[in-house]
Amino acid sequence: MNIHERNWPTEGLTRIPYWIYADRELYAEEQARIFRGDAWTFLCLEAELPRPETFRTSNLGDMPVVVTRDRDGAIHAFENRCAHRGSLLCLKQRGEAREIVCVYHNWTYDLAGKLTGVAFRRGVGGKGGMPADCKPDRHGPRQLRVEVLAGLVFATASHKAPPVAQYLGPEIVAKIRRVMKAPVKLLGGYSQILPGNWKLYMENVKDSYHASLLHMFFTTFRLNRLSQRGGLVVSEDGGNHISYSMSADVAGKEYEQAGMRTAQSGYSLEAPELLQNVDEFGDGIGIQILSVFPGFVLQQIRNSLAVRRVVPRGLERTELVWTCFGYADDDEAMTELRLRQANLIGPSGFISMEDGAATGFVQRGIRGADDEESVVEMGGSGTSSEESRVSEAAVRGFWKAYRRHMDM
Amino acid sequence: MDTGAGPQAAAIESQLKLQDLNARYVEAIDDGRFEEWPDFFMETCKYRITTAENVEQGLPLSIIYATSRAMLRDRVKALREANVYEAQRYRHVLGPSLLVPAADGSIAARTNFMVARVMHTGETALFATGRYLDQVVLTGGAALFAEKTVILDSRQIDTLLAIPL
Repeated sequence: MNIHERNWPTEGLTRIPYWIYADRELYAEEQARIFRGDAWTFLCLEAELPRPETFRTSNLGDMPVVVTRDRDGAIHAFENRCAHRGSLLCLKQRGEAREIVCVYHNWTYDLAGKLTGVAFRRGVGGKGGMPADCKPDRHGPRQLRVEVLAGLVFATASHKAPPVAQYLGPEIVAKIRRVMKAPVKLLGGYSQILPGNWKLYMENVKDSYHASLLHMFFTTFRLNRLSQRGGLVVSEDGGNHISYSMSADVAGKEYEQAGMRTAQSGYSLEAPELLQNVDEFGDGIGIQILSVFPGFVLQQIRNSLAVRRVVPRGLERTELVWTCFGYADDDEAMTELRLRQANLIGPSGFISMEDGAATGFVQRGIRGADDEESVVEMGGSGTSSEESRVSEAAVRGFWKAYRRHMDM
Repeated sequence: MDTGAGPQAAAIESQLKLQDLNARYVEAIDDGRFEEWPDFFMETCKYRITTAENVEQGLPLSIIYATSRAMLRDRVKALREANVYEAQRYRHVLGPSLLVPAADGSIAARTNFMVARVMHTGETALFATGRYLDQVVLTGGAALFAEKTVILDSRQIDTLLAIPL
């Protein structure tokens, strides 16, 4: 069925049609309408461009992007594509450069992505060269609008997108600033290649309901039970969210009474220093997961801090790029604490290893079910903030924003 | 007749002991005898998995990080009781080890590895390649890891890394 003939289920946001994860035409439309559209995409941490005349490569959806810090310290982002024949400009993931030179024909660019040199433009010995009226810079790599907020580098290909602070909304900005409260120090990174459509992972992040049910580690050590105090904040347009919970334990027995798989009380750690932590934010919030449409996550799990980029790599393939960090003024003990707590996250994460696989379970489970729908009614049908995390409001919010961008 | 063969024989013996240790280590993991995994280490030890990229950049982040047998036992318990992952097996293949003996009698070794992951469906993939940087201590004739650093060549991991390498 042609994607333009497909209609969203009449119930609205409480039903997600499975064809939404399995249609190639739709994937291409998402690239154009979302990633190259009016959305802001997180490219990298400012700290990943540590000095003037450094660069990183990143992504705007499928589109390869170069991010640079120029000689004056300003940050630029542009397509990683030569104006000439379309070759990648930067082949390495990071580096130092005063200018960018394409390997193919040596066309040269400044760090803002402006074409500055064409090899043999006037030919050699009076022969060859480019006609005088040819303006190759008109085909140049598209320069993106860049805004840095709290050490996070965002970019958009759109002239219409509102400023980042407005795109995020005041609650999201406040919670970003809460974590990005001081200059950061990189601890390292890695990527997971997930066997599912990018939207499945974003839903998983926004799904505060699954956390203590899929991830048994969380529940049994009372790191996060849905009975702990906390909340769910969803931005007005639905696309951004924060799910948070307080550190203080709540000694309820709801899980045991309901016979939940994840509540076996006989499980205890031999080395409890894994869970040792410090209230470095001073507000008692032990966990804060924040997401921004379309594919950015900021994580605070105790003292484990990270950003995650959700990069579509095909219809059923997603690269989840993790970068962990601390603060520049962390002492050795604090860094060690963060490194130990990193056992909780990432591809081997005690509380996160299931998430990537779960996207694969859905992608496989829905084969042959294009015309069926998933049911998203926990917490009702709305997309507003609420005190309970037994809610799929943020998931419905994602689809509200998605439909708006996709004009569905 | 020992003339000149002393140090060489000792080197060969160390090589064999270390390769035997690593061969038994990977066999325990590949056979699913995870409960034996911590016993290859000293009580206080260091085990971590990281990427070549992190190492090259001098960044300390690990994918798995343990500083005691107790932490290793916790990871095994989590695998058995808490974490959810599809049934899978590894098959490690190791290269010969390069040894650098230290003055205190311990041995530093570098060993290449490749690991295939076989899912219960039969799907087989080259899951990880890299090398082990080991610090091995011989106590009472037995060889144990004081430190094992698993350096993955790639920064990309397929889906998850549940079973240790």
